[in-house]
Amino acid sequence: MKLRNRNQGILTALPYLLPSLAGMAVFSALPIAVSLCISLTGWSGMTRVSIFHGFSTFVKENFIGIKNYIDIVKDGEIWSVLGHNAYFLILYMPLMVIMSLIVALLTGSKHRGVGAIRVIYYIPVLTSWVAGALIWRWVLSTQYGPINAILEMVGIQGPAWLQSKVWAMPAIVLASVWKDMGFYGMIFMGGLQGISPEYYEAAQIDGANSWQRFLKITLPLLSPTTFYVVMLSLINAFQIFPQVMVMTNAGPNGATQVMVERIYTYAFSFGKMGYASAYSWILFVIIFVITIFQNFMQRKWVHYE
Amino acid sequence: MKLNRKILSCILAAAMALPILAAGCSSTTAETTAAASAAATTKTESTAADTTAAKEPVTLTMEEFSSSGGNEDTLASMLAAFEAKYPYIKVDLQTIGYDDYFTQLQTKVSGGNTADLFELNYENFVAYASAGALYDLNDAIKSSGVDLSGFNETALKAYQYEGDQYAIPNSFSNCILVYNKDLFDKAGIAYPTDDWTWADVTTAGKAIRALGDDIFGFYRPLTFNEFYKASAQNGGSLISADGSKFTIDTPENATALSGMIDWVKGTNIMPTDEQLGGMGDWDLFESGRLGMIVTGIWSFGTFKDACDFNWDISMEPGNTAKATHFFSNSYAVSANCEHPEEALLLAQFLAGSEEATTLRVAASWDLPPVTYEDVISSYLNQDYPSNRQVVYDSLDYLITPPVVKQNSELQEIINNYLSLALSGDLTVQEALKQCQAECESKIALS
Repeated sequence: MKLRNRNQGILTALPYLLPSLAGMAVFSALPIAVSLCISLTGWSGMTRVSIFHGFSTFVKENFIGIKNYIDIVKDGEIWSVLGHNAYFLILYMPLMVIMSLIVALLTGSKHRGVGAIRVIYYIPVLTSWVAGALIWRWVLSTQYGPINAILEMVGIQGPAWLQSKVWAMPAIVLASVWKDMGFYGMIFMGGLQGISPEYYEAAQIDGANSWQRFLKITLPLLSPTTFYVVMLSLINAFQIFPQVMVMTNAGPNGATQVMVERIYTYAFSFGKMGYASAYSWILFVIIFVITIFQNFMQRKWVHYE
Repeated sequence: MKLNRKILSCILAAAMALPILAAGCSSTTAETTAAASAAATTKTESTAADTTAAKEPVTLTMEEFSSSGGNEDTLASMLAAFEAKYPYIKVDLQTIGYDDYFTQLQTKVSGGNTADLFELNYENFVAYASAGALYDLNDAIKSSGVDLSGFNETALKAYQYEGDQYAIPNSFSNCILVYNKDLFDKAGIAYPTDDWTWADVTTAGKAIRALGDDIFGFYRPLTFNEFYKASAQNGGSLISADGSKFTIDTPENATALSGMIDWVKGTNIMPTDEQLGGMGDWDLFESGRLGMIVTGIWSFGTFKDACDFNWDISMEPGNTAKATHFFSNSYAVSANCEHPEEALLLAQFLAGSEEATTLRVAASWDLPPVTYEDVISSYLNQDYPSNRQVVYDSLDYLITPPVVKQNSELQEIINNYLSLALSGDLTVQEALKQCQAECESKIALS
């Protein structure tokens, strides 16, 4: 009985889903399939190719098998690029989760003026990355930037953020956390509001202080939300691109070269569309494996009520 | 059923990861459908044109980069003059900044969706001509009766590929030394002359640098473009004259590179990136805190408006030899253009007509590739900068950039090693040696 109901539910939902499914088929699924074909060719991206006329002939004529994939591994550049991605993740993930949680706790309560605070934290989310990154370039400037000016006031000689190989990636992390914490903070806020106040009342009666309540009630009950945030931000963080292009243009000396930046450069600057497509499939496989792994690991630390 | 939901959630998770793949090719679908509909509309237009009078209205699309950043109005008046002369042709112009121009152009070529007329620079011309993206203009030149006699022969020849004309040159330019006269006066030293060498630059730069903590003597970025020129100014090269092998790792280049690095780190007459703090080089000159800058002649219009001090130009100093850049832009007609004759008329008018070239010269945009006496003399007779003869004198020392199909990849490799040498991560010798090795393994020479 229950089973039939569910099937019926899907049937009812299908017509409503169709428009977005059609959009996904045309604008996502089709290009994804095409990119797999292109990744097996030596196409430069500089000649005209249509997927409606003679695409199979084009693939046949330019077919080079998995040579692009072999070349990527042989060229060796991908390891340092993945290293930069990992470096970004290691700095970004903890900072982003902590900051989002703070934003959620600040904006979650119902004190006066909370609406204004919410707006302030959410504005960066709505800002375009290019505009945001340009502002950060100025903020981090050694000559005119407020950050180094403030550091100097307390007697610290600030680094040349975007010109230094050591500090360029942390600078991008700072900008990314600033941009994203409003969004993930909002998700955390939703999670916080889903926790029943009865738990806190009970704990208070038992004499738990606010830190204990946060540690023993908020964190465990928030773990499904945390899992969602970690999963989503991990996928997004692997795909950082506009902030890198605008803030450092992958420099200095390629210290901020990351996967998507490389894909873009090979595809649209070096005229190696096949190679770039192979790069993007490698990135997909990496993200896919990590996502599966996360899904598996969640049993160990996510508590559903 | 539970299993199904699990699969569904897996698919959803995968779907979230997937959009990244679209980066490689999302343009393909969108561009091809757009191209298909564009082709459909132009088709109906052209059949209409065949059946009615010959002078049926034609709309040409055009894309270019060279007017962006200061000369948009000049180009607009050129186009107004064109449309007044050929009332049946309308031009739909799109100007895109140089930084993004070639990225978007490549995407449009692969989708078969390029503008009827688009701009190409000399460095990229061969790549597009050899890829079959350009219309062979030979027949159109004959059938339309377009007059190319006013063009400079050398400039026209630069845009031939395998003997056929594939683009019409619209301008050429070179680099000169622009200097701040007021700073030279303040330091009490003589103005640069045409036979200055690097050593003179260093001496003068030091005197100006001594004027203040945030005043710099000289600017000439450590990039691919400046390096291949510096190499030539010191008797070296990056690729051998016959184009068969790389000649990066040579003593001449080592001296050139050491000299350039010394300006930044030794004498510090040139600011480091930290000292610039994100400020552009032209901005630094305009602020009056820079004594000398090596830059292109297209800067005249901007400097004339922005500088509230006296400045002039002289020939670019070399070391053992003199050398300056040859930069040139051209208009090419798209291989799948429906109105090649009209597009050619437009290219010829903007690039070579007296009306348009007079406008170009009056705006100090750059040099038109034409031989009209009065146009040339009106360029020389403009008031600022006064020493304009230098621009023509420098033409004797033009060098062309190394043209390889993997042009931007070559630039990235060389730029990378230049900054590794500048930062001190590699010695000059090591940097050139590794640079040579990487170019040999990655860049195909003809």
